[in-house]
Amino acid sequence: MERRSWHFYIMLGLAWTVVAFLVLPLLVVVPVSFTDQRFLSFPQETISFKHYANLVADPFWRNSILRSLFVSTVSATFSTILGTMCAIGCWRLANQYAEWVRLLMLTPIIVPSVVHALAFYRTWIDLGLIDTYAGVILSHTIIGLPYVVITVSASLANIDLRLEQAARSLGADMSKTVRWVLVPLVMPGILSGAIFAFIISWDEIVVLLFITSRNIYLLPKAIWDGINENVDPTVAAVASLLIGVTLVILLVQMSWRGLRGAKR
Amino acid sequence: MANATLAAQATGRPARAGLPSVYWLLLLPPIILIVFFYLVPLAQILTISFTEFDADAATAPLGNYSMLFVDEGIQRMLLRTAWVCVITTFLTVVLGYIVAYAMVNVGPRQRTLLMFGVLLTFWLSVLIRAFAWIILLRNRGIGYEAVDLFYQPLRDLGLVEGRLRLVRSETGVIIGMVHFMLPYAILPLFANMQGIDQRVLLAARGLGATASGTFWRVWVPLSFPGLIGALILVFVFSLGFFVTPALLGGGKVVMIAEYIWFSMEQTLRWGLATMLATTILVATLTLIVIMSRVVDLRTMYGAK
Repeated sequence: MERRSWHFYIMLGLAWTVVAFLVLPLLVVVPVSFTDQRFLSFPQETISFKHYANLVADPFWRNSILRSLFVSTVSATFSTILGTMCAIGCWRLANQYAEWVRLLMLTPIIVPSVVHALAFYRTWIDLGLIDTYAGVILSHTIIGLPYVVITVSASLANIDLRLEQAARSLGADMSKTVRWVLVPLVMPGILSGAIFAFIISWDEIVVLLFITSRNIYLLPKAIWDGINENVDPTVAAVASLLIGVTLVILLVQMSWRGLRGAKR
Repeated sequence: MANATLAAQATGRPARAGLPSVYWLLLLPPIILIVFFYLVPLAQILTISFTEFDADAATAPLGNYSMLFVDEGIQRMLLRTAWVCVITTFLTVVLGYIVAYAMVNVGPRQRTLLMFGVLLTFWLSVLIRAFAWIILLRNRGIGYEAVDLFYQPLRDLGLVEGRLRLVRSETGVIIGMVHFMLPYAILPLFANMQGIDQRVLLAARGLGATASGTFWRVWVPLSFPGLIGALILVFVFSLGFFVTPALLGGGKVVMIAEYIWFSMEQTLRWGLATMLATTILVATLTLIVIMSRVVDLRTMYGAK
């Protein structure tokens, strides 16, 4: 291995600076969440957990969290089922049409969110779906779909087509082949697609701003309003919790992948 | 293995036994969902932009689209959007390139750490990230005070005027947007650079190129497809970006996405909103088509 030039160390230093710029600013919400004041500030005299307690005790926050959990779980389930069906179908057909279908499924990622938010709004007015659970779940199912198609397609790319043919020639019909052979084989892809779809729905705000108002008040909307009012430290408590959860999931996922990598 | 699959795809699967047409049944429900509840609503927006006119746009030759050429407020907003997006894209891709380059060239432990930082930001809610920046950059926030330390001497020298503004200013919006977009530049650039054969670099060195010569004349050209891909991807995402400009801009730096929301939510101007939505959609699709000529899009979503 040749010796690195000093250029490289400058690059490396810059790279670490950029990553610090990515991570460090996020941490500012943690001390703010422990403030003993009633406005956004660092703790003045003592550390207080009251804003965390608020998340459970205050019906405003508790209900928006529960509603969000419900909406995201249902939407992610639908996205996962439909996305897996689509990925398996495209994989098995493997022709020009399948390529087109895959591209079609990707449109919700490509189209700017404000454009489809406007489109949902207009159509949901006609369908009477504005400010209803059905309306939110339908739109979130659609925008979560591409991520499932992507992750499941990626898993399928590594699967030997002959396994499917073997199942068929041993007498399994299509639904049995899909359920007992293909789905178990691509389970990791399905699971990560489901997590993806859940997170997409959990974080989604733009479509919510267009198609919901008082009735379906979800967590992103509560955070959005909290940021705009710029006083309630409970937002900082939500933020710290979400950072913690993201951190844990990422650690688990990376160490799991590390373990799998080591086994190979 | 991947090559074998590709070959099979190219030649048509050898054994088409059974009934592949049955698999169309699997595709039917998702296709129906996307077509009727996604494409049709989008098409409706496109149609409305040509049929429901705003105020005096009905008599104009281009209908709603004439506002793009005559309305100064809209033109200012479009220019601001383009400007913020160009600056954001440039900064994001330059900084992202450095991180990706470092990640490819360091040992596995340092790479994992760098990747961890990138992925943590990538996965974290965009609202939470904007919130953190607001706490830092608002007046008397610690980020604000830190920047002000450098700003004060410049003001004393008369190089800049007025108070430092970070939140509700283009500077704040650009900082927040670069922060959001960086993972979208780093991840594809990293994927692209991992595909570069390191032996080519050794060959260049062996043939007498200097370290910087190898970098600029071998590495950079080889990473060019990834670079173009990242540039277009970040620009496209910036164009339609709503959350961060709206929160950090605080109504002062209104970009096209927020403008569409305003024209809907506050003034109910369907003609204007759908016209702008169509414009931004056409711009996005054009850029994506250009990008697909340069990079294989399938590598970006992992189907290959």
